Amino acid sequence: MADFLYQLLLSFDATLRIATPLMLCAMAGIFSERSGIVDISLEGKLLSGAFVAATIAALTGSAWLGLGCAMLAGIFMSLIHGYACITHKGDQVVSGVAINILASGLTIVLGIALFKRGGQTPSLPREDRFTPIEWWGVDLMDSVPVLGTIYRQLISGHNMLVYVALLAVPLTAFILYRSRFGLRLRAVGEVPEAVDSAGISVTWLRYRALIVGGALCGIAGAYLSIAQGGNFVREMSAGKGYIALAAVIFGNWKPLSAFMACLMFGFLEAATTRLEGVALPLIGEVPTQLMLAMPYVLTVLLLAGFIGKPRPPAAIGKPYHK
Amino acid sequence: MSTPTPPLPRWADLILLPVINLFAAFFICGLIVLAIGENPIEALGVMIKGAFVYSGGLGYTLFYTTNYIFTGLAVALAFHCMMFNIGGEGQALIGGLGAALASFGLGVYLPAPLAIPLAVLGAFVAGGIWGVIPGYLQAKRGSHIVITTIMFNFLAASLMVYLLAGPMLEAGQQSPQTARLAESTLLPKMADLLRPLGINITSSPLNASFLIALGAMAVFYVLVWHTRLGFNIRSVGQNQEAAHYAGINVARTIIITMAISGGFAGLLATNEILGFNHKVVLNFTAGYGFTGIAVALMGRNHPIGIFLAALLFGALTQGGGELDFEFQSITREMVLLIQGMIILFSGALAYMFNPPLARMIAKFVAPKDPANG
Repeated sequence: MADFLYQLLLSFDATLRIATPLMLCAMAGIFSERSGIVDISLEGKLLSGAFVAATIAALTGSAWLGLGCAMLAGIFMSLIHGYACITHKGDQVVSGVAINILASGLTIVLGIALFKRGGQTPSLPREDRFTPIEWWGVDLMDSVPVLGTIYRQLISGHNMLVYVALLAVPLTAFILYRSRFGLRLRAVGEVPEAVDSAGISVTWLRYRALIVGGALCGIAGAYLSIAQGGNFVREMSAGKGYIALAAVIFGNWKPLSAFMACLMFGFLEAATTRLEGVALPLIGEVPTQLMLAMPYVLTVLLLAGFIGKPRPPAAIGKPYHK
Repeated sequence: MSTPTPPLPRWADLILLPVINLFAAFFICGLIVLAIGENPIEALGVMIKGAFVYSGGLGYTLFYTTNYIFTGLAVALAFHCMMFNIGGEGQALIGGLGAALASFGLGVYLPAPLAIPLAVLGAFVAGGIWGVIPGYLQAKRGSHIVITTIMFNFLAASLMVYLLAGPMLEAGQQSPQTARLAESTLLPKMADLLRPLGINITSSPLNASFLIALGAMAVFYVLVWHTRLGFNIRSVGQNQEAAHYAGINVARTIIITMAISGGFAGLLATNEILGFNHKVVLNFTAGYGFTGIAVALMGRNHPIGIFLAALLFGALTQGGGELDFEFQSITREMVLLIQGMIILFSGALAYMFNPPLARMIAKFVAPKDPANG
């Protein structure tokens, strides 16, 4: 039993690590989608962030500079998205697809040109990455049963960006529901006409939402390439941006619910690696592909109204014509 | 408020604007190549040579063109109904499964003239099923087609990994792939088809699927512009409420559109699986489903336009491979970049060059029009 609990604890620990980029991207998606802009380009922004973070960190030897530039890269991609679908009222889905393909091509092309390693960036030495932070008093807590283990394994010992992601969730909720910017942001996603007639710029509001989202995706990218991993590999985002989008929808465009969805999707993936080849009582061995496909299955079921009723922002996907 | 933009003349809308968008996309990519430190003109020359001039190059180009025609038609048909099918990738994958099942299940017992149509039908039906589910969910349950088709891409990929590494894995194989399909269901190479007619072309992967693609273009044209269903599809695409008011069953039209759209994407398997790989391998769709969006956008959802756009992307794909051999720092992934730029300019930024161009043309064509000053 104790062993099982310890295994479970380790699974939670892995869940947190897997869910970190999902949480950041999901919050980015919430900012963008609540303002009325469909954001399937989370994937591309995540990938760009990962590439730029690893590249800058490799060239300058500074993880912090890498993180900053990754955020700028995410913002840059967001601005392309905004220029196409806010300024020129282009199709938001088409623009998102374009950005995802652009990111995929650009990261490989630039990666090969810069480092000549087939699209990878050189492996960073430990001191140039965001390394796990040991919290104060871990050794002291060890003497306390149960809590000590939880403190050491689950709470302490993650890199800084994990905690940033965990902070991003309440912060997003606070901004969305408790700030003037958030109130306007939600309004512009529901009834942009009302915001416009109040004398507030729809365009600038939506741009700001995209910029915040771009920065968050950049952090998520940096997490992949200079915190969780030590270099960039081509296509390293591997669909995480889409899973984050699924989490946004699954969380009904609400920060806390989306956060729970990210944890659930993260746990499914963490459990998959642990359950590989293990026969469960009653069910037998579960195919790993089925476990990994669960986020998509659940999102489709949710969208179809079989589990709860999704309520997307009313003005989502529609360019605003004055 | 600025003066209202005059409408763009038809010739400019169909020819000039796509060319300008294409030029803009290539221009930006050229700048990136320049920034990398290579000569963009030289790179373009290498790509053109690789796509058309080298022996067999044209065959490869048309082989890739075939893929793009199928996915382009798939996206375009859905566009006519104002549906955004980003699920071409998954539908094509499942199309491969359908072709394989038809081949293993029935093809073994039949001669080629019966077995080939059956396998092609298998690809079409399987792709159609993968398209019709999101279509149904959109029409009847209100789930957004874009998100569902994205999810279905991942579901298709998971299913194929499971099947190819498990139940359908060829005995004694390590890498996930099926055994060779039944010989009677394999499509002949174009070179072999043309030889009895006295035409000798260099052997390349180009196969009879190219003819299927040309047929699909004709079917597309007749379907969209010369049938009742096509009229319904376009009506629903123009205005769902008006179509409903006119007595068109909107939900049914959407579902049928997505079924046929998925079917077109599924046909990609005839080229890649029945015509080339001769077994189902992982990831044979290689992004063709997504590029189909660019093809449909550039081709203005018309079969002729789609053919030209598919040819362009086929040439880019083949010519891009040539970059690997000729250059140190630029590779075939350059093509992904060009694709992204083309989708950006001819899709998302479609309205950017439109108003200034229209104003400019209006100035030249009718300089003394009193209404526009």
